Amino acid sequence: MSFDIAVMQAFNGLSLFTVLALMALGLAIVFGLMGVINMAHGELMAMGAYTTYLTALIFERCAPTLMAFYLPVAVVMAFAVTFAFGLTLERSFIRFLYNRPLDTMLATWGLSLILQQAFRSLFGPREVGVPSPPWLTGAWQPTSGISIPLSRLFIVGLTVVVGCALYRLLFGTRWGLRIRAVTQNRAMSGAVGIDTARVDAVTFAIGSGLAGVAGSAFTMLASTGPVTGQQYIVDTFIVVVFGGVESLLGTFLSAFTIAQMQSWLEFMLTGSMAKASILLCVIVVLYFRPAGLFAAKVRR
Amino acid sequence: MLTRRGFLKGTTAAAVATASTGAFIWPRGGWAQGAVKVGILHSLTGTIAIAEASVVDAEKLAIEEINASGGVMGKKIETIVEDGASDWPTFAEKARKLLDRDKVVAIMGCYTSASRKATLPVVERSKGLLYYPTYYEGLEQSPNIMYTAQEATQSVIAAVNWLAQNKGKSFYLIGSDYIWPRTTNKIAKPTIEKAGGKVLGEDYIPLGNVEFASVINKIKAQKPEVILSTVVGGSNVAFYKQLQAAGINGKNQALLALAVSEEEASGIGTENLEGFLSCMGYFQSLKSGPNDKFVKAFKAKYGANRVVGDTLECGYISVYLWKMAAEKAKSFEVPAVVTASSELEIDAPEGKVKFHKANHHLWKHARIGAFRKDGQIDMIYESPLIEPNPFPKI
Repeated sequence: MSFDIAVMQAFNGLSLFTVLALMALGLAIVFGLMGVINMAHGELMAMGAYTTYLTALIFERCAPTLMAFYLPVAVVMAFAVTFAFGLTLERSFIRFLYNRPLDTMLATWGLSLILQQAFRSLFGPREVGVPSPPWLTGAWQPTSGISIPLSRLFIVGLTVVVGCALYRLLFGTRWGLRIRAVTQNRAMSGAVGIDTARVDAVTFAIGSGLAGVAGSAFTMLASTGPVTGQQYIVDTFIVVVFGGVESLLGTFLSAFTIAQMQSWLEFMLTGSMAKASILLCVIVVLYFRPAGLFAAKVRR
Repeated sequence: MLTRRGFLKGTTAAAVATASTGAFIWPRGGWAQGAVKVGILHSLTGTIAIAEASVVDAEKLAIEEINASGGVMGKKIETIVEDGASDWPTFAEKARKLLDRDKVVAIMGCYTSASRKATLPVVERSKGLLYYPTYYEGLEQSPNIMYTAQEATQSVIAAVNWLAQNKGKSFYLIGSDYIWPRTTNKIAKPTIEKAGGKVLGEDYIPLGNVEFASVINKIKAQKPEVILSTVVGGSNVAFYKQLQAAGINGKNQALLALAVSEEEASGIGTENLEGFLSCMGYFQSLKSGPNDKFVKAFKAKYGANRVVGDTLECGYISVYLWKMAAEKAKSFEVPAVVTASSELEIDAPEGKVKFHKANHHLWKHARIGAFRKDGQIDMIYESPLIEPNPFPKI
């Protein structure tokens, strides 16, 4: 393997890591805080993707000269739309299902089917085309043999921004303090006067918003269609479960491990074999560490 | 608790309901004397609706045209549409409903091979007739199924030979991981060797996969002159977007796809497709009388921005092929229609094609074209009619 290919392959691993991390963050905080397994997480990503598509359409109609700058606006819009949807969803639906993990799984799975059909009815069964802004098409070429796709660089950057913002929120604000307190001990937090129901609602909304951001960013890499969410959901779950719930650092580390494994195995074996090997590895790890690779040590 | 009064009330209501439905059915049954029932069975919901839902539009268009010009042997076609819901047992169940309850004389339906394999035993047991409009891997020939799209040998052999002559001899094969790409590549490999070429790599990615970065690096490391792609569905969007981002495009690389038609173009992004090749039996841009008429009628009915592709056209001609066979046989009975289909020729939008004498498949042209900036395909090469050979010896 030549040096150029090795460099590009290393970047692939990094890029895939940020993609997986972005996908899994929203699910991880919801799972960690509330123990809610949100099967509709993928559809929330698709909602973010469709919001991006609509934003692009609006820019094309109303302000074609600003078309090049639509993407940042779309990312923010995607966050806003999925945040609002998540808030409504938690208040009207999810909160009645707390402490019933199996029922929540079934209910959110049903919700994912409803959302898929809603996308199909609204936007048609075919994928829609989301235009890439010109500054994101093509590749950055530091040398003649190495080319680093700009869209992937954008996602790396976005994940860094989102990761820092989330860190700041959780460890630098009162809200973050409350969220962490409720995650660690719900009953005690309630006893000292934290409105746990409100914390739940806001956290679920933030988790949904993060899914929206991820969905919006991935329109640059992949398709936007009614079943787009299904393409991500399995990987997302693997990352969260492998890393250990209740631990955001674990989610990051697990995303990194899986991304490196996947990109190198894909390079050396075929895509299908890489996937199978990763699943096998996850099963073995979960057999010995059922709470995940990086689970926080807590007293049960 | 069941009281006597409640029970009486219930039964009376049921009796009234039965009577009224009976009264409703009676004139309907009479009217049906002048009609013949045809079923349409595709996925309108679920994951495969993405490709399949529009085929229904083409089939409905054909039925509408036939009805407008007087029907089949004086009988109007009554269409019954069922949703297979991308679920294979549902396909079997709906096929049974269409054949046993509705007594349809023919079904236009199925898209994936899995749905066809689920429907096949039902159609054979009920002695029904299924027209299957999707290009597929071959290796099948049911007495109760007519295959109106190309089986694998009818596209891949012509494509490989043309590529080896015009684009280069070193190939990289990439496909989704299921039966159609694997069978297609099984035919492609000896064909490449026979044409004096060699296969540098062969890669399969899971269905629905959206990460192609490592595969693209492998391709870059191997530097093949030609990439032959059998990637299907939403993965194609990711594949082409990521190729473009990695600096591989229609100008600097020959890539021929066997499963990307005009219909996929807008989702993939036409700027990502420009210059790449596609091999199909039909392109919307073909210049011929029947094709102009078909495209015009389709756009008039469904909107000017709709595009048609290979499977749509095959669905459209399926209805006409059934009509012609029934008229030739002067009967709607399945054995008679099947017998009449042998060597039946149609002047289709894709040109004159005809059924094989015995194997239920069509003689077809393979066509290779390059994507334009607007998502349409300009034809570069057209093969002579190719004999269908669903059980190739390799």
